[in-house]
Amino acid sequence: MKLQKNTLLALCSVLEFAARPGARLAAAEIAEKYRMSPHHLAKVLRTLGRAGLVRAARGAGGGYRLAGNTRRVTLMDVIELFEDISAPKSTARRTGRRAKAEAGAAAFEVEDAIGVVLSEIDEIAKATFRSITLETMLKLVERRRR
Amino acid sequence: MQAADLEQVVDIDAGITGLRKAPYWGEILRRYGGGRQQRFFLVADRSGRIEGYVVGDVRDWEFGSPPCGWVFGIAVRPDARLGGIATQLLDAICDGFRRLGVDKVRTLLARDNQLVLSFFRSQGMMAAPSIPLEKDLG
Repeated sequence: MKLQKNTLLALCSVLEFAARPGARLAAAEIAEKYRMSPHHLAKVLRTLGRAGLVRAARGAGGGYRLAGNTRRVTLMDVIELFEDISAPKSTARRTGRRAKAEAGAAAFEVEDAIGVVLSEIDEIAKATFRSITLETMLKLVERRRR
Repeated sequence: MQAADLEQVVDIDAGITGLRKAPYWGEILRRYGGGRQQRFFLVADRSGRIEGYVVGDVRDWEFGSPPCGWVFGIAVRPDARLGGIATQLLDAICDGFRRLGVDKVRTLLARDNQLVLSFFRSQGMMAAPSIPLEKDLG
């Protein structure tokens, strides 16, 4: 599973908010830290806001803060907002009957078997993302800092 | 872990898994109870009420790995969770492993067991350099 740029930015942003609970962070501050365009980040934050993971703060200074529980929100809760995490289809299944007819049964079987292996890898990745909360990630960041 | 605690351990496991496995737990007590060498069966006791348990041992060169601690069972009553009991149980068994001279602890659990996977992750556990494999014997 390769994560898109938006997904990585969303994960970094959510972890920034999680590291400073209750604090309001300006989007510009995060954009600068991760060398992203504020415009790009704003779109990511809107998606996170619609999902209820971050909340835009009103009033002087504005900014954003985390709305979710760091002990409950997992990496997958963020990733699934930006990635298609539905069950992976094997190449053979994706191209369907027409491809089967064209490529022949032998090719179909090989592609199908490759799909099984790729699916195995995907399931492990998903289980990993589901098992790691924001709080656990913050602990990991802290351990790696030492 | 005392023999008198066994019934409560069976209850906790049955309440979580939906399967009552009294003979299995009796065998675990026989093999792991009483502070046997390299084996641990610990319970969290609050005024006589068993709130949770952990079972594990130190295995030498299993799967080609240098001696390390294995946790193969841990559970806390649902109404006693979020109080740090599982953390205390894991810490206690890890202390036991350390006393035996090992510096690594491992466990193995189902991919879809998100609750317990998240717990072990929160304790700093990461993917091990091993991959469990299986096949149907039909």
